[in-house]
Amino acid sequence: MPGRILKMHNCQARLLADIPEMSFTEFRDMSINQIQKGARVVSFFGCLDENKSIRLMMILAYDKQGYLTAFSTIVKDAYDSLTLQIPQVNRFEREIFEQWGVCPKGHPWLKPIRPQQTLNNNLDNFPGKENIPLVSDFFKIKGEEIHEVAVGPVHAGIIEPGHFRFQCHGEEVFHLEISLGYQHRGIEKALINGPDKRTIHYMETAAGDTTIGHALAYCQAIEGLADCAVPLRASALRAVMLELERLANHTGDLGALANDVGYLPTAAYCGRLRGDFLNLTAFICGNRFGRNMLRPGGVRFDLTDSMINEAKQRLIKTFEDVSNAVSLLWDSSLVADRFDDTGSLSQKTALDLGLVGISARACGIEQDIRFDFPTGIFKFSQIPISTHSSGDVFARAFVRWLEIQRSVKFILDQLNKLPEGEIMAAVPLLKPKNIAVSLVEGWRGEICHVVITDINGNIRQYKIVDPSFHNWLGLAIALRGEEISDFPICNKSFSLSYCGHDL
Amino acid sequence: MGIQILLHLTVMLVLAPLLFGIIGKTKALFAGRWGAPLFQPYYDIIKFFKKGNVYSTTTTWIFQVAPLVYLATILVSSLLIPFGGLKAPVYFWGDFILFIYISGLSRYFIIIGALDTGSSFEGMGASREATFSCLAEIVLALDFIILAILSKQLILSEMVGGTILSSWPLFGPVLLLVGLSYFLVLLVESARIPIDDPTTHLELTMIHEVMFLDHSGWDLACVSYASMMKFFVLGSLFVNILIPFHNLSAILQTVVFGVGMIGLAIIVGIVESCIARLRLNRIPELIIGAFVLALVGLLIILIKGV
Repeated sequence: MPGRILKMHNCQARLLADIPEMSFTEFRDMSINQIQKGARVVSFFGCLDENKSIRLMMILAYDKQGYLTAFSTIVKDAYDSLTLQIPQVNRFEREIFEQWGVCPKGHPWLKPIRPQQTLNNNLDNFPGKENIPLVSDFFKIKGEEIHEVAVGPVHAGIIEPGHFRFQCHGEEVFHLEISLGYQHRGIEKALINGPDKRTIHYMETAAGDTTIGHALAYCQAIEGLADCAVPLRASALRAVMLELERLANHTGDLGALANDVGYLPTAAYCGRLRGDFLNLTAFICGNRFGRNMLRPGGVRFDLTDSMINEAKQRLIKTFEDVSNAVSLLWDSSLVADRFDDTGSLSQKTALDLGLVGISARACGIEQDIRFDFPTGIFKFSQIPISTHSSGDVFARAFVRWLEIQRSVKFILDQLNKLPEGEIMAAVPLLKPKNIAVSLVEGWRGEICHVVITDINGNIRQYKIVDPSFHNWLGLAIALRGEEISDFPICNKSFSLSYCGHDL
Repeated sequence: MGIQILLHLTVMLVLAPLLFGIIGKTKALFAGRWGAPLFQPYYDIIKFFKKGNVYSTTTTWIFQVAPLVYLATILVSSLLIPFGGLKAPVYFWGDFILFIYISGLSRYFIIIGALDTGSSFEGMGASREATFSCLAEIVLALDFIILAILSKQLILSEMVGGTILSSWPLFGPVLLLVGLSYFLVLLVESARIPIDDPTTHLELTMIHEVMFLDHSGWDLACVSYASMMKFFVLGSLFVNILIPFHNLSAILQTVVFGVGMIGLAIIVGIVESCIARLRLNRIPELIIGAFVLALVGLLIILIKGV
C-alpha cells in the first residue's frame, strides 16, 4: 500500500499525474491508516480533473520523517464523511462542500464556513451561494438555567469581525461555537490563471500580520515549480524577516495577554517594543509589515555592512527591553494564577484536532516546520523546537517567550555570517501540470500553500491553509468548562487570524 | 443646614472626578506614558451631558430611572460623612444603617436597570455585581460594628470622627485591620483592579462597567459621575478612619483630608499599575479574606474589652 502514495518533500514539484488515484474506500482506509501512524492533515481539498470530475486531494505530513504524501480519489456529488474518524478534516470537508457542492454524508456539523463562490463552474446551484454567516443555526443547549451569550461580529476592541456564540451555565461555558467568514475576499479564486502582477499582493495581505509568512510560502512554491535556486544571501535575509515577524507578533501577544489580565507593566512596554521590532523590519525593507520584501527568486532589499551593524544593535537593545518586560510577567503570582490551568488542551485533543504552531507546541507536541521540513537557510542553521507540556494559557505564553529568545539568537547568527552574493535569481517558467506543496512556519504556525499548474504552466488551482484554519476549533474546545470571563485571555493566547481563515 | 448641605455636595461634585484623573495619571506614569490630562474625567462628563439619549425599544422606565436613583443615593449617602473640616450635614442615631441600606438601594436599581435591557452582557454583569457586593456588604457592616464599639457611638460621622483619635494608641492594630479590610471593600465597591478592570474593553470580563453598556448621553453622564462620587464617598470614610486629624483646626483638617484623598487615589493607581486582575472565582476569596481581617479585629476588641 505505501507504494501507492506519492512521497514528496517540502516545495518539491511533482507531476500531477503521479499522484495516485484510488477508489473512495481505499482512499478512506489509507487516510485513517496513515493518520493512525502519526501523519497529520496539512491540506484536504477538491480540484477539477481534466474530464471535469471532482478529485479530492489529501496531503499528509509526517513530522518525524520529514516528508509529505499525497493521494486522491474521484467523487461525484457525495461521499461518506471522514470527520468522525479523522476530526481534523472537519473544516476541510465543510470547505469542500461549499466550494464544490460535494456533500460529505454524515458530517456531524455541516455548516458553511464562508460566504464563498463555488470553484466549480459546472454547478448552477452550490451550497456556498446562500451562505451568509449568522443566518445559519447554532448549536444550542436547552434548559432553564442555560443562557446564551452572543459576541460580535462587531467587537469593542480593534479586532477583526467574528461571531462567538456561548452556551453558558452561570459563568461556566458549556459550548462555544465560532462563526467566521466575514472577511472572505475570494483570494483562492483570484489567483487562478496567475501568477500575475497582483498575485504577490494577494499573498502579502492574505493575513496582514503574517505578510512574510504567506509571501514566503508562495515564493517557495513558485520556485519549486520553476526549479529556481534562490541565492543563499536571499535565503538568509528571508529567514531574518520571518523571524522578525515572529518577534514582533509574539511580543505584541505577550503584551496583549498581560493587558487582558489587567497587568499594566508588561502590557505597556510590550506594545511599544512590538513597534520596535516592526520598525526594524521597516529599516530593512521600508515597510513595517515586510511588504514588498519577498519576491519569487529572492528578496528585493539587501543589507549593507553598516546596516547590519545597526540592525544588530537595535535588535540587542530591543531584546533586553523585552526580557525585562516579560520577566515581570513571569514574576507576578497573580498573573500565574490567571494563566495556569486556563484554557487547557490535552495533547491527545491537540493531535486529534490537528492543531499546528504555538498551540500544538504548547501541548508538548514537537512540531515545527523550520525543524521538520526545513527550506532555504533553515537547512543549514536550525532552530530548536520550543515546547511546553501543560497546554494552557501559560504554556502558549511561555512557548512564545522561548521562541522570542531563540529567534533573536538565530537572527544575530545570520547577520553575523550573512552569505555573500546576489539576492535575486531569475525565475524560469513554471512546469506544466505539476503540483507543489509549500510549508512555512509562520509565527502562528504552519502555513500551507498548494499550487497546481495547468498545461501552460499557469496556476490552475491555489490552496491556502492558514494555521488559523486548523486552530479555531482548538480554541472552541479549550473554552469548554472554562469561565466565560476567561475567554479573552484564551482567545489571545491562541491569537488566531480571521482574515487568514476567511481568505 | 441647607447651606451646609449645598457646600458638602458642591465639594464632592467638584472634586470627585479629580481623583479619577489622579488615578489615571498615576497609571500612565507607571506605564511610561504621559497619559490623558488630569481633568479628562471632567471633559468626559461634560461631553456625555452634551449628547442625546438613545433608548433601546426593549427597555422600560426602569432603565431610565436607574441612573437617576444611582446618582441620588450617592448624593444622599455623602451627606453622612465628614469631608475634612466640613462636618457631616446630616446625622442621627443609627445613621450608619441608613448608609449601608442606601448603598443597597443604589445597587438594586443599577442591577434591575441592567437586567431591564435584556442583554446577556448586562445580565452577567448584574449577576456578578450582586454576588460580590452582597459579600462585601457583610464586611462593611462588620467594620462599622467595630468602629461603633470603639467609639461607643451609632452615628456614622461620630464613629469615624473625633473619638477615633483616642482609639488609635490603644487599638491601633484593630484600626489597621479595619482599614485594610475596608480598603478591599473600597476596591470591590468602586470596581478597581484586582476585582474589576475599569479600562478594559472586554465585555465578557467586566463587572461594573458592563452594566452601563447601553446607557448613553445624560444617563451615561449620571452613572459615570455617580461612580466617581461613590469612590469619593467611600474614600473619605477610609481617610477618616486611617488618618486621625480630628483635633486640628478646620482649615488644617481640610488640608490633611485633601492630601489623604490624593494619597488614596495615588495608592489605588499604584495598586492598579503593579498587580493583575483576579480570576472571577477568586474574588469571593479576597472578600472573605477582608471579612476575616475584620473578624480578627472584632475578636481583639471583644477579648480585650474597650
